[in-house]
Parts: sequence; structure tokens; C-alpha cells
Amino acid sequence: MKRVNAVVVGAGAAGGIVAKELSTAGLSVVLLERGKWYTANDCRKDDLRNQRTTLLGNAFGPEDEGNPRVVFDPKSGPRTFLPSEGGYQNNAACVGGGTLSYGAMAWRFMPQDFRMRSIYGAPQGSSLEDWPITYDDLEPFYDKAEYEIGISGDYSGSPFFGPRKRPLPMPPLAPNREFQILEPAAKRLGLHPFHIPMARNSVPYNGRGPCMRCRWCVGFACEADAKNGSQNTVIPTALATGNCELRTECMAKEILTDDRGRARGVAYYDADGHLQQQDSDIVIVSACAIESARLMLNSKSRLFPNGLGNQHDQVGRHLQGHHYTGAVGFFDFDTYDDVGPGASIAVADYNHGTPGLCGGGALCNEFIRLPIQMIERMPVNTPRWGLKHKQAMRNFYKRNIAVMGPTQPIPSADARVTLDPDVRDKWGMPVARISGNVHPHTFEIGVIQAQRSEAWLKEAGAVSTLLNAGKPTIVSSGQHQAGTCRMGNDPQGSVVSKACQVHDVDNVFVIDGSVHVTNGGFNPALTIMAIAYMASEELVRNWKGTGFKS
Amino acid sequence: MQSSRDGVPLTRRQFVAAGAMGGAALAVGCAGTKQGNWDFLNDPQARTLAAICDQIIPADDFPSASQAGVLTYIDRQLARHYRRHRNAYRDGLEQADAMSRKRFGQDLAALTVPQQLEMVSSIEKENSGFFNLVRSHTLEGYYGAPRHGGNRDAVSWKMLGMAEPPVRGRAQYDQRKSPAS
Ligand SMILES: Cc1cc2nc3c(=O)[nH]c(=O)nc-3n(C[C@H](O)[C@H](O)[C@H](O)COP(=O)(O)OP(=O)(O)OC[C@H]3O[C@@H](n4cnc5c(N)ncnc54)[C@H](O)[C@@H]3O)c2cc1C
Ligand code: SF4
Repeated sequence: MKRVNAVVVGAGAAGGIVAKELSTAGLSVVLLERGKWYTANDCRKDDLRNQRTTLLGNAFGPEDEGNPRVVFDPKSGPRTFLPSEGGYQNNAACVGGGTLSYGAMAWRFMPQDFRMRSIYGAPQGSSLEDWPITYDDLEPFYDKAEYEIGISGDYSGSPFFGPRKRPLPMPPLAPNREFQILEPAAKRLGLHPFHIPMARNSVPYNGRGPCMRCRWCVGFACEADAKNGSQNTVIPTALATGNCELRTECMAKEILTDDRGRARGVAYYDADGHLQQQDSDIVIVSACAIESARLMLNSKSRLFPNGLGNQHDQVGRHLQGHHYTGAVGFFDFDTYDDVGPGASIAVADYNHGTPGLCGGGALCNEFIRLPIQMIERMPVNTPRWGLKHKQAMRNFYKRNIAVMGPTQPIPSADARVTLDPDVRDKWGMPVARISGNVHPHTFEIGVIQAQRSEAWLKEAGAVSTLLNAGKPTIVSSGQHQAGTCRMGNDPQGSVVSKACQVHDVDNVFVIDGSVHVTNGGFNPALTIMAIAYMASEELVRNWKGTGFKS
Repeated sequence: MQSSRDGVPLTRRQFVAAGAMGGAALAVGCAGTKQGNWDFLNDPQARTLAAICDQIIPADDFPSASQAGVLTYIDRQLARHYRRHRNAYRDGLEQADAMSRKRFGQDLAALTVPQQLEMVSSIEKENSGFFNLVRSHTLEGYYGAPRHGGNRDAVSWKMLGMAEPPVRGRAQYDQRKSPAS
């Protein structure tokens, strides 16, 4: 196979952007993606088989067959999970990665989110750190992501975000009924509600039409192509340059290194299961936090016996996601209007500044509800089955609002990805093993966030409420997984530099949620995208023919 | 996939299930009585399962679980995505009938509705793993997408007051057709 400048592993949020930035700068790129390129027609809005409700399987990968993972829960010991089981902590495996089917909330983190340790001090036993970059460093790239990917919404109701040069490129969608109920209630409580920023066309943008507000959004591909992910923005641009080749159903096995300790390419299994090798000048790992760590750990050689970038046992550590808590309010009037995407309103008053709490998180109303998602979301004391359950479904399906939010996790070095010593995937590679938990203070914050959600719902007229604030025994990373290849200035306490360059192998980069030092009190995709733009720009700036300027 | 399962008001297998429900059965046209037309279940198992499902979602002015095709849903999945649960169903249904014979001298499906309710409550306590499985699958079949055999004619969605067929732009995703995969 012809040698190329760059191999990018993973065609998701970050990988798509990197492929586009490098190929438009003239580098030759091979983009490897283990999954397929789906269209909305392949997914057929199926309530039981999509990327969020996966009872009958994942609609957008990985398949249940041959892709296990092991989770070590101290309560029950190691257990093998299928990709469609919740315990697996899946995101997605397809062109677009998570962004084909995500809910598409597209937040900027706050300036404080990059300086958590300086502001709060590290709780004992945590690995809370500052990022080596600030909000101001990232601001131009947030802006670029907002305009290139296409974000609608309106932050102007909230005074808590960092400065920005210009408003979002698209206005928010018209408020749905939940917005209309929750907005005045939030204002009465002295809060600052605003329109959630969304990677979704509210007006024609980028040559595609607006959202038609259907019933099936989060977890599904968009048949109107109004939801903006890497699959309908940067990846087509990359392919149009002629410099980028996308190879689907190709699973990277390991990053190959030479005897001087530099990467020389990637070994991967193609769609027919044959082992292939793609030589390259540089390798970029964008496989999402858990699989990126696994690929680094699986890339063992004489010079790197513990895996690539893992000299100081940092790869796989500080795994985090989000701890979601909130409340459901039950009303004596219809709150639900069946107008997608559903989630519409947020408050960011509780992200920072509560004495005694190390951060907090945003609170939002929940995405559109499918009946199957309601079956456990019932007023307290509703029987789990029988006529009363059926009647409660009828009474409350349209008369409830869920408010919840991602509590910013306090990371811990013990929450981590390692390689399982026994279990292998269908290609014979050791699978990821997830163990440990984030710092317990996270759960104390979660309880308070749930109470705040409840108060908002009561102010909005809820006659009863159901509190959701669990205390999981294992890190909950899943869709918001991050942190396994930390960015930092100290090579002993991190895996990559602030340019996302692996400390001990200068032609390997990790560019995706793995590099997050902390994960903010917001869904992470826009930050992952901004970092991908920032790291790509730096890479291109230092590029000289077939290597870096020295 | 047999086309006769899609769109036809009541298929043979559902007729068997509906017929097993005694007094609560809907009036249905006679579609024949050929036995053993399931993908996984046999007829006695289907009758026992129908009795349990119909306590989980009984009929009121909207159909019960089995009337809405939940048995078809479960049976299809036991031959497909839920193959891993086959033993649980085989053993659980056998135990349910054994418990019923011990307490009432008859199989579960032959009991009166109040007796069935009592039995299903006992199964929930004494065999909770099996019960929780059937409960989940029954609710999935009833409230999930009609294309999988349950929720016939989107009856639960109509019950919940959802527009059916859904509003503009959505009709191309015909919920009654089988999935591509
Ligand atoms: C249903 C759902 C709803 C979500 N909602 C939101 C939301 O509202 N807002 C938000 O911010 N985020 C949301 N997310 C999360 C968001 O999608 C992720 O944060 C984001 O996609 C992560 O980007 P990434 O580049 O790190 O990884 P991904 O987008 O997951 O891309 C990684 C890609 O790498 C591929 N890959 C992995 N290993 C290999 C290998 N060895 N060889 C080749 N390819 C490989 C994978 O198949 C995948 O396609 C949601 C996710 C889901 C599934
Ligand atoms: S709600 Fe809008 S963005 Fe979401 S899937 Fe439907 S049309 Fe697409």
C-alpha cells in the first residue's frame, strides 16, 4: 500500500475534523473506521433498536457479535458485556461516530472548567487538575466548530459563559411546550434560562434544510439531514479534497513503531478480516476515549513493552463521563407536544460558585420521550405492572417533564481502562477492561443537582416529583467518555502535550475526548471538536513535507 | 419474514394466544387452528406466557398484552436477538405451571383471572429473575415499534394519545414494516 502522510484512526467527532483539516492543508490521509457508513434509511426510526435504546441491539455499532468488553464492578467482580448492554459503556462505531445519532447538544465549557484545581483545590484521593490550555486559547476553535459544523441556539439568556466573538450562526428552534412551561418558572426562581446550543439546523445551513421536529431524534440518524455531525460536514469536505481516503469496516490493531521508537504506520484488519498495514509519517488516534486507550495499550513493542505513551502508567487513567442526576415532575395538565428534538431549555447557574461544592453542572429538560422510555419513569408508589401501571402510562405520558444534567465529575486515577487478561475480540485482540470510579464528591454534587431540578419542576407546577440521583459503584463513562490520555505539561502525569502530541513518540497524536483533563458540566462533543481544530492547526503549522519542522 | 405477519389484523399465532385468554379475548374471526406455528414457543408454553403477559398488561378499553401481539414479539425475539434467554423462558414457564398445579391443581392458563393474578404475584416473588425478564419484554412488545410484532396497529401509542400515523415528514418510516436488518 502506498505510504501516506497521516493515518487517522476513527471517523467520529474528532477524527473527521482532523482528516478534513490535514487533507485541506495538502497532507495525504487515510481515515480508518471500524464501522459502516449508514444513512437514515438504514436505521428506520426503531424505538427498540437505536443508539440510545438498545434493547434489540445498537443501530450504529458495534455489533454484539465478537466485540465484548469487561467491566470490573467491586460489587460483582469482572463481567463481560455485549455492546448493546448498558454496562458496556458504548458510544458508537460508524462514520460520524457518536455524532451520527447524538442528541447534538453542543456546549462551550466555561472558563472555570479548565482551571478546576486552581479554583477548588483537589479533593483528597482525586486527580483533579487544571488543563494546560485556557478557555481563551480554545475560544477561536469553539467559534470555528460552531460555524463549520453548524450550531443553533442562543446563549444570551445566561451571563455565566466566557466571552465570545460573535453569536451562534443559527437562531434556536421555536420553543416547544416544555420550554414555555419551564422558562417563566426558572425566572421566578431568579435563574437565567436560555436556549440549548444544538448541532442542528434551525434554518437552512451548509446546503441542507432545517430540522422538521420529528419524534425520533436522540439515538437516531436524521432523515432530514438537519442534525450536524462529522458524517455530513467535515468528512465529505475531506473526501472532496482528493487527499483523503476513507476505509470503512477497518479495525486498527496496533500502531507500528520502528527501532528508533517512532511510529511507522498502523496495522489493521480490513472488512474481510485480513491483516493490512498502512505506512505513514504520522498517526492520529481518534477512536473515542476507551478504544483510544485500548489501541495505545495494545501497541506493544520492544521499546514500548507497556504500550505506546504509557511509560509512566498514565494511559487509560482518569476515565470519566458524566454523572447524570435530576428529577421528573408530574403535572395535572399536558406538558408534552410531541415536537422534536424535545430538549430545549437549560440553566447554567449551578455550574460553579456554590460554597462547599467542587463545581456542579448544567440542568436541561430531557429529549423527546418514546413510550418505552416512560415505563420506569412513574410517580412514586406506582406498581411496576398490572392495570395501575397501564393507567399511569395513560395518565402521565403527556403530563411529565424530566429535568436533569451532567454533573461535572471529579476525576480519579483509579477509574481506568486496562487490557483484559483473558477476553479477546473477534480479531483476537485483548479487549478493554473498565474499573474504578470517579471521586465520591461527584455524587454529593449530583444529589444537590437533583434537588435543584425538583425545585424548578415544582415551581413550574409539578404536583409530584420523582428524584433520580444514584450512587454508581463503577465509573459511568459511556457516551461522554473522556480523560484516558490526559493532556498536560508534565510527561510523568499526562500522556499528550497541549498540542495532543504523545510525550514519548513525537509522530503520534491522540485527538479526541481522551485528552480532556476534566469533562465540564456539559456534554462534551463541541469541546472535542474545538480541540480537534486546535490540535490540527498546530500540526499543520509545524508540518514540513514528510515530517515536522525542527 | 412471512408477509402474513405484517398488517393482517390477527395472525394464527395471535389467535391461539387470544383464544387462551378466556373471557377477556377479543372477538376474532376464525383464522384456523394449526398448532406449533411459533418460531420458538410451543402452544402450551404460549398459553402460559399469555396468561402472565396479560396480568402485566391487562385489557381495559385498550387491548391486553397478548391481544396487542406481545407474544409474537417475544417469540420472534427468542428466535433472534433474545436467543440467550431461551433457557430462562423454558424453565420459567415450566416452573410457573408447576407452581400453579401445586396450588390450584391446573395449569396457569386454565385458572380464573383472580387466580392468575395471585399466581403472577407469587412468580414475581419466588422467581424474580424470570418475572423481570417477562415484564421487560412484555412492556417492550406493547410500547415498542409495531414492526417487531407487538403493539399491533400502534395501539399503545394511540392509547397514549400520540398522533398515529405521526405528523408530516415521518410517514416514510412505516412502523409496520420489518426492519432492514
Ligand atoms: C445517543 C447519543 C447521544 C449523544 N448526545 C450527545 C449530546 O447531545 N451532546 C454531546 O456533546 N455529546 C453527545 N453524545 C456523545 C458524543 O457523540 C461523543 O462525545 C463524541 O462522538 C465523541 O467523539 P470522539 O471523536 O471522541 O469519538 P467518536 O465520535 O465515538 O468516534 C470514534 C470512532 O472511532 C472508531 N473506532 C474506534 N476504535 C477503532 C479502531 N480500533 N479502528 C478503527 N476505528 C475505530 C469508532 O467506530 C468511532 O466511529 C451522544 C452520544 C450518543 C451515542
Ligand atoms: S428532531 Fe430534527 S434534527 Fe432530530 S432527527 Fe428529527 S428532523 Fe432530524
